[in-house]
Amino acid sequence: MAYQFFAALVLLVSTAYVVGHRRALSVAAGRLHDLHSLPAYHGLFSAIGVFVPMLAVFVLGAPLVNWMAQSAALGNFDAAIQADPLQRSVILRDAVSLAKGQFGGDASPELQQAAADFKSVLANGNWAVLGLSIAAGLAALAAAFGTIKVPFRARKHVERFTKIVLGACAVVAVLTTIGIVFSVAFETYRFFFDPAIKGKPSVTSFLFGLEWNPQAAMRADQGAISTAYGFVPLLVGSLLITFIAICVAGPLGLFSAIFLSEYASQKVRAIAKPILEILAGIPTVVLGFFAALTVAPLIRGLGEAYGLNVASESALAAGLVMGMMIIPFISSLSDDVITAVPQSMRDGSYALGATKSETIRQVLLPAALPGIVSAFMLAISRAIGETMIVVMAAGLAANLTLNPLEAVTTITVQIKTILVGDQEFDSAKTLAAFALGFVLFFVTLLLNYIALRIVRKYREQYD
Amino acid sequence: MDMSAATRMEAERSAPVTAQGLPAKVVARDVNVFYGEKHALKHVDVDIPDRGVTAFIGPSGCGKSTFLRCINRMNDTIASCKVTGKITIDNRDIYDPSLDVVQLRARVGMVFQKPNPFPKSIFDNVAYGPKIHGLARTKSELEAIVTASLEKAGLWSEVKDRLGDSGTGLSGGQQQRLCIARAIAVNPDVILMDEPCSALDPIATAKVETLIDELRANYCIIIVTHSMQQAARVSQRTAFFHLGTLVEEGPTERIFSTPRDQRTQDYITGRTG
Repeated sequence: MAYQFFAALVLLVSTAYVVGHRRALSVAAGRLHDLHSLPAYHGLFSAIGVFVPMLAVFVLGAPLVNWMAQSAALGNFDAAIQADPLQRSVILRDAVSLAKGQFGGDASPELQQAAADFKSVLANGNWAVLGLSIAAGLAALAAAFGTIKVPFRARKHVERFTKIVLGACAVVAVLTTIGIVFSVAFETYRFFFDPAIKGKPSVTSFLFGLEWNPQAAMRADQGAISTAYGFVPLLVGSLLITFIAICVAGPLGLFSAIFLSEYASQKVRAIAKPILEILAGIPTVVLGFFAALTVAPLIRGLGEAYGLNVASESALAAGLVMGMMIIPFISSLSDDVITAVPQSMRDGSYALGATKSETIRQVLLPAALPGIVSAFMLAISRAIGETMIVVMAAGLAANLTLNPLEAVTTITVQIKTILVGDQEFDSAKTLAAFALGFVLFFVTLLLNYIALRIVRKYREQYD
Repeated sequence: MDMSAATRMEAERSAPVTAQGLPAKVVARDVNVFYGEKHALKHVDVDIPDRGVTAFIGPSGCGKSTFLRCINRMNDTIASCKVTGKITIDNRDIYDPSLDVVQLRARVGMVFQKPNPFPKSIFDNVAYGPKIHGLARTKSELEAIVTASLEKAGLWSEVKDRLGDSGTGLSGGQQQRLCIARAIAVNPDVILMDEPCSALDPIATAKVETLIDELRANYCIIIVTHSMQQAARVSQRTAFFHLGTLVEEGPTERIFSTPRDQRTQDYITGRTG
């Protein structure tokens, strides 16, 4: 049914374009410049005029038909069965699979009747929707045909439709963001305030607690088990690893961006830049086992050579590899913004006798600062949100430490650990993951805000 | 042509000397410029006197800007560009490998076609050159240089209360005078101007022209211009370029009244170009 509909839609819409285009040419009768809009706009106007009602009939009609078919199937059973949501859904599932011929087992006469009813209502309804949508499309085409006159402002209508489509896309993106925030916020609220959840911490003990040890009671008779939901060790772990990553990626990324944009020849740049960007395409799982199997033992060996006590999973290993992961974000974006600084700025500086490095430090970098800061922010967001490398290289132990040679854990790793496997969604342990996600969201929001303030304060805007 | 006694004395000291007895500041001998395969400037010989304004005129693509950019070696920044021949400033070959281009550009300032102030404060724009060349040891010395440069550029009274504002916030004419102040601040001998008024309105143009007239007492100014009226108004000597060659050079009055070459005659009467 959907296939037939989309075939009809494509056919009618393209026909409408051709008809509109031809109609415009014929009403113009050879005097093309008298037309208010170009023939192509009349064609687009007709196509849109057909597309919108056809799609509307389908989008509204198809679910309606499905609902009607389900009602028809349910009509064969007692009111008592219909009222029970569980039995209702069992019957519906059986009827639908029977109608599709996928039902194994013996079907009662009622069920067979229900399946037959479902099938016939669905088939008739679908044909009705298809017919109705084609009729709507044809009617719209006729209307558009009549509307096309020499002074008709088809261009204005097409422009308005374009604006509506673009606006709708923006709205979808914004609504998705809001939806995600609300779904996390709702579970977080339950974690802190739902009286049915046992063993939950208070807001202050969550935000300022120094110990993280979430446990769920396996059986009711286990009694009290030691549980702690202190967020601080995770935050410190996340920030420590991110800090190490930025210490690696910041200088390497920025300096390679400066090299690529100001010193490298076109040839070198054309080769080196894509290779750097490939680094961003390596799956983090791969980077994770590189960190765990190569970098971590290396650091451990080095540390022992100098008499240091290094954990086999260390924040340093995870941070170093994560730094490598985010180098391309910094280098590629910074390279773009430095290259975008107008040549006249460089000329002005060179003409005053400035050297290349003076020009870069005092003219180009300040002018490119907003872009460079956003490159860093993107990199930091990626680092804070990164999970896989940390799982594999930094461990799960929630140590509250600033020593990069010890094992630490991060917010994202704990979210992953909590949610892996079968979980019940009414225990404090599971809901803690949502609280962590919510707080993580605010941490990144805060970092973005700080970055925005820095940019406002120090940017040097060229026109 | 009015010449002070001091200039005359300098003229006797420095050599070579132009035909009119003026001291030659910039001397070019058989200068050729190639952009890749393209021979953009052909066998240019010219003596440009100190203390005065020399205008380069000619139709678009005639090589006048290319030659201007040879004088402070801005062409070095273009990879495909090759310069042959000899250019000297005060008898020093500026393409000598032992010469530091940074020092050359400190002595040869440049003002561009489109005003290009840095996206910094007005003060920092002017202070940029003195800072990188270490011309001021203390903050008050730096302030004195900035003030003097802005005064010489005729911009001081307009910006003295807002030195901290961004240079890009000024009007086009003010931006161009800020760029002139920026060039003056490093205390150059020669100032190159590449169509400095082509992006400005007539009032701003008049102000910049007045400024050029004031500056000629202290600097060797070379200006590329599309406007023959501007060349006649501001310059004492004029050089006419055509298809990459220097056709004719001489006192501005003479070039405009009795040009010797037919091509010059055609250009200034509007028959070509």
